[in-house]
Amino acid sequence: MATIVAEPTGRPVVREPHELSFIRKYIFSSDHKVIGIQFLFLSLFFLLAGGLLAMMIRWQLAWPGQPMPLGSLFPETMAPDGIMLPEFYNSLVTMHGTFMIFFAVMLLLVGVFANYLIPLQIGAPDMAFPRINMASFWVAVPAGLIALASFLVEGGAAGAGWTSYAPLSAMPEASGVSLGQQMWIVSLVLLGLSSILGSTNYITTVINMRAPGMTWMRLPLTVWALFITAILALLSMPVLTGAMIMLLFDQTIGTHFFLPAEGGQPLLWQHLFWFFGHPEVYILILPAMGFTSEILANGSRKPVFGYHAMVGALVSIAVLGFMVWGHHMFQSGMNPLLATSFMVSTMVIAVPSAIKTFNWMGTMWRGNLHFHTPMLFAIGFVMLFVIGGLSGIFMASAPFDIFIHDTYFIVAHIHYVLFGGALFGIFAAIYYWFPKMFGRMMNEKLGKVHFALTFLFFNLVFFPMHTQGLAGMMRRLYQTTGYEHLEGLQWTHVLITISAFGLFLSGMLFAVNFAWSLFRGPKAPANPWNATTLEWQTPSPPMHGNWEEVPVVYHGPHEYSHPDVADKDWLAQNERPDVVSPARP
Amino acid sequence: MAGAVTYYAGRAPERGLAVYTQKVGMWVFLASEVMFFTSLIGSYIILRFGASETWPLPGEVLNIPITAINTFILICSSVTMVKAFAAAEVGDKRGTRLFTLATALIGSTFLGVQILEYRELLHEGFGPSSGLYGSTFYTMTGFHGFHVFSGVCCLFWASWKAFRGGYDNRAYKGLEVLGLYWHFVDLVWIILFTVVYLI
Repeated sequence: MATIVAEPTGRPVVREPHELSFIRKYIFSSDHKVIGIQFLFLSLFFLLAGGLLAMMIRWQLAWPGQPMPLGSLFPETMAPDGIMLPEFYNSLVTMHGTFMIFFAVMLLLVGVFANYLIPLQIGAPDMAFPRINMASFWVAVPAGLIALASFLVEGGAAGAGWTSYAPLSAMPEASGVSLGQQMWIVSLVLLGLSSILGSTNYITTVINMRAPGMTWMRLPLTVWALFITAILALLSMPVLTGAMIMLLFDQTIGTHFFLPAEGGQPLLWQHLFWFFGHPEVYILILPAMGFTSEILANGSRKPVFGYHAMVGALVSIAVLGFMVWGHHMFQSGMNPLLATSFMVSTMVIAVPSAIKTFNWMGTMWRGNLHFHTPMLFAIGFVMLFVIGGLSGIFMASAPFDIFIHDTYFIVAHIHYVLFGGALFGIFAAIYYWFPKMFGRMMNEKLGKVHFALTFLFFNLVFFPMHTQGLAGMMRRLYQTTGYEHLEGLQWTHVLITISAFGLFLSGMLFAVNFAWSLFRGPKAPANPWNATTLEWQTPSPPMHGNWEEVPVVYHGPHEYSHPDVADKDWLAQNERPDVVSPARP
Repeated sequence: MAGAVTYYAGRAPERGLAVYTQKVGMWVFLASEVMFFTSLIGSYIILRFGASETWPLPGEVLNIPITAINTFILICSSVTMVKAFAAAEVGDKRGTRLFTLATALIGSTFLGVQILEYRELLHEGFGPSSGLYGSTFYTMTGFHGFHVFSGVCCLFWASWKAFRGGYDNRAYKGLEVLGLYWHFVDLVWIILFTVVYLI
């Protein structure tokens, strides 16, 4: 009894052969895999665009008033003689945040991987509503185009920050940006619609489309994370949409929701925005936690430590995430008693976060570690998420938060969780699932160099920002000169900027690897990582409809090094128990 | 997916919510709609409490009796919606046609009355820029009206389908899902009528 036969577990899928036209197959496709890949290209484009904006911001901070390289390409209204104007700097900061949060990270996590992975990992042929899924992509495209185009209109792109606090954002005469701000709103309302359509699909699919045997407690943690994320997006996005519409009406048809002169309440905007904004933070990290859990188990050849606790932690982070939005507003003049309750609820989130962190360490503990590129990024995720999580506890404490409010400490924190956390998780996921998506392997050596340089430069860029923040460096500051307390910091800005260029260039290594592997990478087998979940039990890339035969699920999601299996260290979810060879007969 | 493809090969998928997928989808979508209207109604409550001394009393600006009748009209359309679904479920094609079209027409009546109300108010100089009261009134009732309008469009489409015999005791899911949406829109109106017109 030494061999495991890959026995068919279900009856063959009955398929009616039909050829789709090029347009239906690759452009207006309703196949979840094509939609996921479309989202991948869209969001990687915005990742690049957001990165370029960040480079320009960094130039201004390190060498204020110096002409940018290639600065002469910009029109007079942005950067006369290559020296950027303060208004343009405001637009850059706003749109860097908008691109990265809404169009890069959110679309990468949810648009790409929820679409691509949910049906494959639960053993479904496609999403519950393929056409609504297609609509969710084709609503996101104009949203992105409108956001990009806003740079070209009179007054430039929105400049009130990614949070667009009223009344600044509601008063064009104060911000100097009228049409750009309105385009920003329309763009995000469209993106919200895309997100709601997508979430409806993901939730319904996970509830009602699981393969026979795929019980809730056999769902891979990625699916759990994406499912919880979809619920968060479903319930928080409409609140943002409502707030955005009120803001748009304030600018266009003369309503007074957020304008204090007429009795409106600027604080209302902050409450609505952060009621969305805090769940949004978890939308941006939970899927990455799911990828990390799965990749750490794969790289350690051990089951995820504490699967049930991991699911419980995801659920409780999501529930708590709706009760903590006030911690963004400690400085808004709220009642200190209320601030205390927000402070406590925020700190409680440290508990499920710590459960996850310790379970990741437990997963790796005494594992048979394989340091492939996805594994490296997943370990990087855990390390940087811990730093970002700890600085989060600092900020949750109202007395300390009032000290560091709107300083670079906040900038450091958000980048540790969004870049060090979410984006490391995304890189791990792209390296891990690229073979499944495109049928080719990415280059391991280049991937490892990419990881090492990214990890190094990332920390050089963002760690000093903690110190800058404590020293009083203000967030969104255009001109670092002329402040007595910032004079000694200028050399750190130069250090950060040079490291940021290094970070951008190491990102280019990824771009080269991605583009090269797309056409020239070695052909990928169905299961290159010896993984257990269902998507690896079908060819790479999977055919339309996903399965040759219907998968029937018999096992948990991460059964690595199963003691009852003799000759390999993984047990696919759909292997029949009567066929698996027992190690201890 | 296409009807000829039997992906689960005769096996049922893992037991989900024991209702068909379109219905689950509509429930999920309605959850997001609840949050959307919550943001508008919640803002209304906060803004009104912040300016309670300048807020007009019920009936000072708005014509309550007309809107009360309009509310009754909308509730009637929920009744006909249920009748349409019940008729389809038992295979009564004539009843399905009749009640679906009736729902669409009653919904249109509601919209018509709302448009007349808006015209009257604008004529009196009460517009969206007339202070917070105007801002909140037009935003909330306007977005509700937009939802009714979307529902009416779907109902006319469903009527057209019913007249072509598209619904029977095997195919009534579309009508049931549309009914869920329609009842939701109706329910939102009852809340809006209460908080905007009566309290």
